Amino acid sequence: MELVSLFIKSAFIENMIFTFFLGMCSYLAVSKSVKTAVGLGAAVIFVLLVTVPVNFLLETYVLKEGALTWLGSEYADVDLSFLSFIMFIAVIASIVQLVEMLVEKFSPALYGALGIFLPLIAVNCAILGASLFMQQKQFSNVGEATVYGVGSGFGWFLAIVLIAAIREKISYSHIPAPLKGVGMAFILTGLMGLAFLGFLGFEL
Amino acid sequence: MSEAKKESLFSKKNRKLITEPLNTINPVTIQVLGICSALAVTVQMDNALIMSIAVTAVTVLGNVVISLMRNIIPSRIRIIVELVVVAFLVICVDQILKAYVYDVSKSLSVFVGLIITNCIIMGRLEAFALGNKPWESALDGLGNGLGYGLVLIVVAFFKELFGSGSLSIPGLGKLELLPDAFFELGYMNNGLMLLPPSSLFIVAIYIWVQKSRNPQLIGE
Repeated sequence: MELVSLFIKSAFIENMIFTFFLGMCSYLAVSKSVKTAVGLGAAVIFVLLVTVPVNFLLETYVLKEGALTWLGSEYADVDLSFLSFIMFIAVIASIVQLVEMLVEKFSPALYGALGIFLPLIAVNCAILGASLFMQQKQFSNVGEATVYGVGSGFGWFLAIVLIAAIREKISYSHIPAPLKGVGMAFILTGLMGLAFLGFLGFEL
Repeated sequence: MSEAKKESLFSKKNRKLITEPLNTINPVTIQVLGICSALAVTVQMDNALIMSIAVTAVTVLGNVVISLMRNIIPSRIRIIVELVVVAFLVICVDQILKAYVYDVSKSLSVFVGLIITNCIIMGRLEAFALGNKPWESALDGLGNGLGYGLVLIVVAFFKELFGSGSLSIPGLGKLELLPDAFFELGYMNNGLMLLPPSSLFIVAIYIWVQKSRNPQLIGE
């Protein structure tokens, strides 16, 4: 039950896009049609599903203060947490590469759908952001970290599919020329963000 | 490096590298890069200022380092090399912030780390530093960092002024700009301005104004 509420919390209340603005670059760039938005969203969920738990294990068994105790008691007060940025980004970049190769080998159809988006994802702030939030929240086990990763990914997926659908519709309406495109996308995101603020009061 | 004719350090072309990103090719509003942090750290003016300084420093240094190494980086692994260089610089920035301005570093939370994936930095490394000399790259980084900072400061100014009626400037503390008489007449701070969606509206208006004043930017 706790995991379900964690999922809902990470997907809706702490939505990556509407609350933290993470992954806005690709969110604005790839939201012109619903089909590509679904592809990118699915790729983000997939990568978060893998990277957040891996980074959680790395954090617990290597980086955190006292995490290296399993090597012997003389390592008990080693604190490597200043290395976490570089370790996390290295893990993300290599996992994205690995996932790309695996998907290409075992499921060419999926690769066709996700292919071009996968390399982009290594530098999507939502991925690194989820790992850094995971570090801040200090989850107690891998399960929670995994659910948090999938939840955040799902929230991001929802956001990009919603905005893509709205942008498809709105491209035929009369908007002041300077606001066309990006300007309008910002206002739409703001309005959707207001709607998502409604989730803020929920106690789970 | 073997070119015979020398350009002066601040020739017209080089000055353009700094001034253009401030307006017509602004990285945030026109190229739509680096939005994440631009929107999230703007509730208070001092956070926005320190974030802009941090990003500018990383962009300049990253551009210089990559530009110095541009002839020895194999193009197949350049993204990884760039990420490592940027991550290293960001770790330095993070440690410096923690040491000297701990409060700000706490309230910026994950966004310091997210400078690594700030698209402005990766974009400048890819588009400029890999093909230009160190000095030009440094200027280009400076220009883009300042262009990013400009938007951040404008957004933070409106958010903080209307949201909490004050401006916090490093060194001066929190300045209460609105007189109490204002509030006695029934004026109220707009709490919405402190919430995330308002920065989106402010950036949208910024884009609107900017594109109306530079009609050549319209029309993609």
